[in-house]
Amino acid sequence: MDFINFLIQLLNSVQYGLLLFMLAAGLTLIFGIMGVVNLAHGSFYMLGAYLAWSLAGTLGSFTLAIVVGTALSVGFGLLLEKVLFRHFYHRDHLDQVLLTFGLIYVFEELRSMLWGDDVHGLQVPQALSASIALTDTLSYPVYRLFMSGICLLLALGLYLLISKTRLGMKIRAGAFNHEMTEALGVNIKLIHAVVFALGVGLASIAGMIAAPVSSVYPNMGGQVLIMCFVVVVIGGIGSVRGALIAALLVGLVDTFGKVLLPEVSGMLVYVLMAAVLLYKPEGLFKQ
Amino acid sequence: MSAPQIHIETLPRSIQLVLLLGLAALVAFPFVGSDFYLAMVNRMMILAIFAMSLDLLQGVSGLVSLGHAAYFGIAGYVLAFVTPAGEPISLYTSLPLAVGGAALAALVIGFLVVRTHGIYFIMVTMAFAQMVFYVFFDNKALGGSDGIFLNFRPDAVLFDLENKRVFYFFTLGCLVAVYLFLRRLLWSPFGRSLAGIRVNEHRMRALGFGTFSHKLAAFTLAGALAGLAGFLWAAQTGFVNPELMGFHMSAHAIMMVILGGMGNFAGAIVGAFSFEYLLHLFKDLPQIGNFNTGKHWQMWMGLFIVGLVIFAPKGILGLLARAFAQKEANDA
Amino acid sequence: MREPKVMMSARGLTKRFGGLAAVSDVSLDLWHGKLHAVIGPNGAGKSTLTNLLSGDLPPTSGNITLDGHDITGWTPEKISRHRLGRSYQKTNIFRTFTVWDNVRLAAQSRAQPHPFNPLGWLGRADNMAAVNARAERAIELAGLQNRRHTVAGAASHGEQRQLEIAMTLATEPVVLLLDEPLAGMGVAEAENMVQLLLRLKKEHAMMLVEHDIDALFTLADHLTVMVNGQVIASDTPTTVRADRNVQAAYLGEH
Repeated sequence: MDFINFLIQLLNSVQYGLLLFMLAAGLTLIFGIMGVVNLAHGSFYMLGAYLAWSLAGTLGSFTLAIVVGTALSVGFGLLLEKVLFRHFYHRDHLDQVLLTFGLIYVFEELRSMLWGDDVHGLQVPQALSASIALTDTLSYPVYRLFMSGICLLLALGLYLLISKTRLGMKIRAGAFNHEMTEALGVNIKLIHAVVFALGVGLASIAGMIAAPVSSVYPNMGGQVLIMCFVVVVIGGIGSVRGALIAALLVGLVDTFGKVLLPEVSGMLVYVLMAAVLLYKPEGLFKQ
Repeated sequence: MSAPQIHIETLPRSIQLVLLLGLAALVAFPFVGSDFYLAMVNRMMILAIFAMSLDLLQGVSGLVSLGHAAYFGIAGYVLAFVTPAGEPISLYTSLPLAVGGAALAALVIGFLVVRTHGIYFIMVTMAFAQMVFYVFFDNKALGGSDGIFLNFRPDAVLFDLENKRVFYFFTLGCLVAVYLFLRRLLWSPFGRSLAGIRVNEHRMRALGFGTFSHKLAAFTLAGALAGLAGFLWAAQTGFVNPELMGFHMSAHAIMMVILGGMGNFAGAIVGAFSFEYLLHLFKDLPQIGNFNTGKHWQMWMGLFIVGLVIFAPKGILGLLARAFAQKEANDA
Repeated sequence: MREPKVMMSARGLTKRFGGLAAVSDVSLDLWHGKLHAVIGPNGAGKSTLTNLLSGDLPPTSGNITLDGHDITGWTPEKISRHRLGRSYQKTNIFRTFTVWDNVRLAAQSRAQPHPFNPLGWLGRADNMAAVNARAERAIELAGLQNRRHTVAGAASHGEQRQLEIAMTLATEPVVLLLDEPLAGMGVAEAENMVQLLLRLKKEHAMMLVEHDIDALFTLADHLTVMVNGQVIASDTPTTVRADRNVQAAYLGEH
């Protein structure tokens, strides 16, 4: 593989990895702090994509669609947390699996009723539709660089939030010791709501920015969810840093795998996961 | 998992009676039911075997697997691969091969996943099942997304499985045999150890039990029994595709076990029949004006599941047990 | 008189969690027929020490010997099978099983068929005569004969502590590590437990972690005092009682 091709695949790996990170970060935080497994996490990704598509159409601007879409998704997430998820933090994992599986069905149907079952394309916004020429024949789309950029920005924001702010400190304390944090007067309900909303927001933004590249179609959350789980398992539950490293690892293995070993590329990520399980069953960076 | 659930292991007389009546009904059914319903009940019985195999893992051992369908599907595919295009394969070679294949897959995957706990276990079982799904989905040589047709049911020599009724009673025989085997296992030293692992794995280790090998054995045995169900499914329907090992199949199995009530295998049977019947009901809902109610069966199913988890987390048998206990308390 | 046999010993045991050393360079011996008590204020590292000895936690450094075997780094189940029995400070029973089933299962650990052995899937667990006999003996020792059909979670606190011991005894260990067996017991119950421990002492090598000073002076042949993860005194109870460091750090507070 020559250098230019290598560079292209590397950029693709990073872009895919960062997108996975957006989903995995939310999942690992929600699980690490509230102890709830959410099979419907992929539905938020799908929600973001459909919102981007329908809002971009009605509002005419991609940027505006993302802003409004994020607000709507976060609002929906807060509502869901207050009405449903909050009551399941202390329940068995089995009950949570059941609940969130039922939600997958409900969300798929809601999507079907609101936006139909067709596959939709979304135009890359004009300003980002150029490509950077790498050689005479090969170029790299600016939009993909934009996607990576947004994810990096949000990753940085998440890092700053968690390690440098008081809210972040409270979040970390809540993950470490629930009862103590509550006893110290921290409004644990607020922390939970914030973390949940954060998870939903990140997942839906991921869906929004991915929409022009991946198209918008029914059950698009399903496949990305499983990759997300693999990332969380490899990275370690509760560890955002682990999620980032694992996501990039998965991105690299999957992208280069498809190019170098196409016959078994589908299995490579799982082989990676199996290897991690043999070495460290609780993930690389388990808290 | 959080608090240990109070399981109904010893079936009260009332439930035993219900089961016996159910068996009688199943025996009589082929003589009164139409062909369409015969096929449907046959499938329900196969799913009941599948559900019981998961109950061994979930209800007895406390291992929540989101990937149990992998072994169901693998056995079905094994049968599809060994069935030649022009003639049937012997039942006595294909059945052990299929069940053995499923058991082997469960042993290998189990070795990797049983070392994890709680939420990790749920996620990795799902991940490996998805891996198996994609292995079959992506490879034309293995049938790809289109799946594989079976032209013949296995040849049993002594009886003819191509005959619908004969196949029905063969399935019923398997159902009863698996049920009796698992009930026996529940009260065996192995079964008691698994129950101990479910309730307090840490103490089991401190008492000297090798919990890893126990869980692996349970995982493998459950996979083998799921394989039996998958074999029967492929033989009955004459078709296998990757959906048999898909996420929805695994999740449906979990629903069935929970719906009926976990840990005693009778609940799994009740749950399988109830769940399939419910699915059938939702899909067949009549049109209300412009609204195609049946088309949106996923919504009703989803709401039902959410409702179940909120109002009846111990399933049908749990509700019945509560009702009977209430009656006893009132009578006392 | 013959030297009492050393059944278990630890040398230089240290356990670090990040920068904190919960147990620091601890050495001790357990002798057959003798009871070695370990005392210290809360946070002294006593429970961590017990966890290190039972294999629940791997040591950062140091080694442990059990009946001639180097068991450092062994899993708890392997150590248990080499005849170490351990009871827990925080009652660690099978709450949804009856008292009898709890002890029976504990006794079954010594006769457990290999999990992949189909014979183990088909026999009846409650027909195992040797297992039943072991469980019966343990139940009698712990005084729970009349409570065998009570669901463990519904039993009184004192009965649960008795069950805790019964389960440990049902595995017929030669070394016993008991973590605060008297915790939360009333006067009469505690007296019964002390009598039981005196009986057990004759046949086992015992280590006892306790706060109850009076009980300790009745039971202990050897006393180790831990503060902040380190041993500050280890000798006969009378000698330790007189030790000024110990008085200052611990006994003086009572």
